[in-house]
Amino acid sequence: MSDIKHYIAPTTLEQALETLALGRVTILSGGTDLTPQVSVGRRHFEDTLMNIRRIEGLSQISMQGDEIRIGGSATVSDIRYHDLIMKYAPLLCETASHFASEQIRNAASIGGNICNASPAGDMIIPLLVLGASVELASWTKGVVQTRRIPLDEFFTGPGKTLRNSNELLAAVIFKKPSADFVGFFRKSGPRPALEISTVSLGIGGEMKEGKFQHVRVAMGAVGPTPLRGRQTEAALEGQKLTRTIIDHAVLAAQQDASPIDDIRATKWYRNHLVAVFTEELLYNVCQN
Amino acid sequence: MSVKTKLNFTLNSRPVNIEVPVDMTVLNLFRDFLDLKGTKYACGEGECGACTIEVDGKTINSCLMMAVDLQDRDVLTIEGLQKGNMLHPMQQAFVDHGAVQCGFCMPGMIIQANYLVKQNPSLTREEMKRGLEGNICRCTGYTKVLDAVAAVVGLKG
Ligand SMILES: Cc1cc2nc3c(=O)[nH]c(=O)nc-3n(C[C@H](O)[C@H](O)[C@H](O)COP(=O)(O)OP(=O)(O)OC[C@H]3O[C@@H](n4cnc5c(N)ncnc54)[C@H](O)[C@@H]3O)c2cc1C
Ligand code: FES
Ligand code: FES
Repeated sequence: MSDIKHYIAPTTLEQALETLALGRVTILSGGTDLTPQVSVGRRHFEDTLMNIRRIEGLSQISMQGDEIRIGGSATVSDIRYHDLIMKYAPLLCETASHFASEQIRNAASIGGNICNASPAGDMIIPLLVLGASVELASWTKGVVQTRRIPLDEFFTGPGKTLRNSNELLAAVIFKKPSADFVGFFRKSGPRPALEISTVSLGIGGEMKEGKFQHVRVAMGAVGPTPLRGRQTEAALEGQKLTRTIIDHAVLAAQQDASPIDDIRATKWYRNHLVAVFTEELLYNVCQN
Repeated sequence: MSVKTKLNFTLNSRPVNIEVPVDMTVLNLFRDFLDLKGTKYACGEGECGACTIEVDGKTINSCLMMAVDLQDRDVLTIEGLQKGNMLHPMQQAFVDHGAVQCGFCMPGMIIQANYLVKQNPSLTREEMKRGLEGNICRCTGYTKVLDAVAAVVGLKG
């Protein structure tokens, strides 16, 4: 394990970004990914350990114009019980309730879940369904600069993202879903709790006059990154959810997924789960 | 060795001022430096809940939390529940219902159960099960644990 030479717990975003700009910084949020990764030697600390949980406002959840903004250090518990999220994006609360255990949810942050960039990161799936973007902040030319990247472009591989080392994930932002929006999430593992998803799936869209529109489908643990199910979306867009359409969507979902065999499950089983979950979630949409 | 930093926080209603290496976990600090061995080490990776403590009113796995993050926080461990010779009602309920066998999981289980009841004094049995999902017990089979928590909720309701 490498030695940490400096520890800092900034209280303002500016301070944090100035520290990041100096380089060789490990960002610490809830530590639920970082601590075990360091202790098994999969990760090493950089010279500076920066605790971002004391940054004023970074865990805030708010509505700004027609957008909902979740601060990077908001915890899974913060999201699960937040009035705004329960009202406008209950899909996120549902996902949060299937996340790890109460103790982990109380520590785990949304920024950590996204930046850890696991193909099985649970909160990423509903955020993809909601069409979210990440806001990255950096200290450039003496001021705070921000840029937005759509979440479906953010991941480049397992544990890899477009975030530069001088950038902090300040927030994740999505447009307030319309009143016709329905969305569902399903994950699988051998136990209900404390389970890294074998497969996770999210489907959402607007149900208008019996037709499913602006459909987004997202899948976890069936590829090198969490992914959008573009062929499934195409099979569903603007359609009435008839038996035939659902059958098409199930086939398309298996085309979208490219799972592998690993210690948690075989490729065959993952494909099977994708099919079952697609059908199940579409059934939920019909029932809604 | 990693650099050390000064740390001030409240532990079971008493102030603590100490210097800690910045890469130390809370569990490590409590057990090996403060000699508070009530909080247990089992998996060390967030799976079992034996190390559960309450920080600023929320329970977390102390094996995953960095000690430096305790700065200015208020911590409750199993040692802080008992008042003098009087067991805390949650501890007493566990005793009365025979909910303890080897006892290893119990400090975490009781801290978690106490937190759940504080959050929601009219907790249902189903909610207790969900709330205790992160606490693994290899002895009791959980039924008596749930009976004990239910008794505390019943007393309050
Ligand atoms: C027992 C157990 C069960 C789990 N169950 C689940 C589960 O069911 N579903 C699931 O998805 N995950 C699960 N996890 C994984 C983990 O809890 C989540 O990924 C969590 O959201 C990580 O957040 P954190 O705040 O703890 O991140 P940390 O561990 O603090 O950080 C994770 C990574 O992100 C970086 N980082 C953190 N915040 C930022 C930021 N704002 N900007 C830039 N970089 C940042 C850190 O440097 C680090 O590399 C589980 C973990 C454990 C130990
Ligand atoms: S020792 Fe911390 S959860 Fe098992
Ligand atoms: S009483 Fe033995 S592990 Fe729970």
